[in-house]
Amino acid sequence: MGRIDVTAVATTTIPVSTQAPPTQARNLDSKQDMGDKVFRIGTSASGVAVLALMAAVGVFLSVQAAQALSKSGFSFITTSDWQPDRNHFGIAAVIAGTVTIALVAVVVALPLSMGTALFITEVAPPRFRSLLIALVDLMAAVPSVVYGLWGLFLFQGWVISLSRWISTWFGWIPIFKVTGADPHGAVTNSTVFTASAFIAGLVVALMVVPIQCSVMREVFSQVPLGEREGAFALGSTRWGMIRAVSLPFGQGGIIGGTMLGLGRALGETIAVVLIISPRFDINFHVLEAGGNSVSSLIALRYSEASGFGLSALMAAGLALFIMTLGVNFVASIFIARSRSGASSEA
Amino acid sequence: MTTVVRTFVHQPERRDTASPAGPVRTFIPDPAQAPAVIPGVRRLRGISRDEAFNMGGAALCALSVSLLLFGQIAPLSGVLGFVLLTYAVFLLVYAVLISFSETRPVVVDKVMSVLLFTAAATAILVLGSVIIFVLLRGRAALVHTNFYTQDMSATGPSEPLTSGGIKHAIIGTLVIMTGAIAISVPLGLTCAVFLTETRSKLGRPVRTIVDAMTALPSIVAGLFIFATWVLIFGFERSGLAASMAVSIMMLPIIIRSGDVVLRLVPGNLREASAALGAPTWRTVWHVVVPTARSGLTTSVILGVARGVGETAPVLLTSGFAAGLNLNPSKNPMVSLPLAAFVFVRSPQAEMIARGFATAAVLMVLVLVLFTLARVVGGHPAGQLNRRQAARLTRRSQRDVIRFNKKVQSA
Repeated sequence: MGRIDVTAVATTTIPVSTQAPPTQARNLDSKQDMGDKVFRIGTSASGVAVLALMAAVGVFLSVQAAQALSKSGFSFITTSDWQPDRNHFGIAAVIAGTVTIALVAVVVALPLSMGTALFITEVAPPRFRSLLIALVDLMAAVPSVVYGLWGLFLFQGWVISLSRWISTWFGWIPIFKVTGADPHGAVTNSTVFTASAFIAGLVVALMVVPIQCSVMREVFSQVPLGEREGAFALGSTRWGMIRAVSLPFGQGGIIGGTMLGLGRALGETIAVVLIISPRFDINFHVLEAGGNSVSSLIALRYSEASGFGLSALMAAGLALFIMTLGVNFVASIFIARSRSGASSEA
Repeated sequence: MTTVVRTFVHQPERRDTASPAGPVRTFIPDPAQAPAVIPGVRRLRGISRDEAFNMGGAALCALSVSLLLFGQIAPLSGVLGFVLLTYAVFLLVYAVLISFSETRPVVVDKVMSVLLFTAAATAILVLGSVIIFVLLRGRAALVHTNFYTQDMSATGPSEPLTSGGIKHAIIGTLVIMTGAIAISVPLGLTCAVFLTETRSKLGRPVRTIVDAMTALPSIVAGLFIFATWVLIFGFERSGLAASMAVSIMMLPIIIRSGDVVLRLVPGNLREASAALGAPTWRTVWHVVVPTARSGLTTSVILGVARGVGETAPVLLTSGFAAGLNLNPSKNPMVSLPLAAFVFVRSPQAEMIARGFATAAVLMVLVLVLFTLARVVGGHPAGQLNRRQAARLTRRSQRDVIRFNKKVQSA
């Protein structure tokens, strides 16, 4: 530790290099020590493990499904019956049922989740905001078997009267038609409305709402303050601001969140199994009793299936897997490409 | 010293008691003389009297109209129909009432605000209805202590609720979840660290795949474990297989929320650590992870809350058992959601009551886990509560003493 000699006259000198300038750029890579190497390999291994896991799901389901698929061939997609023992099986009806339930769910959930997300970000007083967010998140945490019980024992009773009303007044629209319901009869037997795709879809919608809502809320909360205030300064009402700023900004998030919810709705199992009574024909009359979905088919037929029947169920599972994966990838593309999603990608 | 000085522009008379000489424009208002409500200032929050009358009138009108019309609009009946009809009439009347005094954009704004409120209220009401309904229906079986201390091996389906219980399902859930946590937490947290702390080319595809995994149907996860563990490797259907299937469902949740939490750790902490010469693994282990500890705990709890409620994977990989099974590698082991599912599918009223009670126990468990997650993770990364701050202060005091001793001895 030398003290600076204050008496010395300090002059600044430009150092004269005695060496020739280096001909090559200095290597800037830092040398990794042993610990960092282990850290890098270890964490990368976990990433690879997750990739491998998803690949394995596809590969092993395909391997198990191969037996059934090779025997049924193309008719697997076009057949609606499910009798593997007589080699007459296909996913036409269950896929149609799955899509019907999922579409009902999304159509109901979309306004509900968008309204909730907008209410939380734009309307609710700030001190209630975190409570509301917690409640919506809690909705996502409630197990699907609980929703199923509620739907089967309480909600179904409420919905039947609504189903009857819709079928009476809007029965002329093909999807609301109910065979067996007499619009002019005073009392139609309520069993024609129970266990329908409509009720199952409504219950699934409740499970989809929190997923869609959290994506949309995230997006709406990122709306630039300047644009928001600009709209207000130009004399816009709150709804005017939402329409002119929030909704266009959050478009990608709305579409992505909706599709994410659709993916979840396609795969929902237990609530659908509890509510719906299975049938094996392509049925788009949503109010009518009975319906089906891929996941409920697997859950119901699984215990009695063996050998070839299991392979057929694996094929159905593979179809569901591919479908949800496709929907999800499209959703993530929408979210990532949107203006608001750009910042969330690290 | 800060004194609140207010200027009242609208007051013409000057009450400059502080200094009588000279033109003083700013003064401290006398609270006794200042008007309680400043006239002419628009109220920015709360509900004005007009609005309250509009709302109340519309509600009253809607109620009476639907009471009158109910039953007239053909076969619309039941609680849901009544509520929907009342609501529709309310909206209409409300819109008409405001349109007397306001312009069109304002009418649209107010009606839309009501609609947004309704959406949120519907979601919350449904949640409340689900929770209360399941608790009420489960009450019949929940009050018996044998419900928690016995299993169903010696109880027939139609026996009264004073016999049999879900001890086996509670223990089964604990065993299955222990296994699932042992698999998914280390893997999930390591993967979250991988996504945030390493600049790997693999990061992007892994993140995409994890996003896709969140929507993996639970039944497919069950099928996958069944196809590999049971059909290809030839093991039995067991609690262990169920643990693996459930951990597949928990992984993406832990990774995604862990990733989000780790990204919230301020970058300057990492840089400070690197500037002190720490290698990356030390930075992660001693700086990043402790900073985000509460958030990481939350992500694990959220994953567990999701895993606890999964029915389909357990149904496929373990199956239902009426009796207690403590061995996770052999024989079916039942979990709470699966037990609830199997019970309510029985036609017997007693079994349905047991099913509701099981679902209620499961729901309370999830509620507790969820509340725990909010309490633990209720503050942003790096912010300490009082106890943690005190502990940190004590530790740095110890460090100071240690340094001083070193300096003195040197």
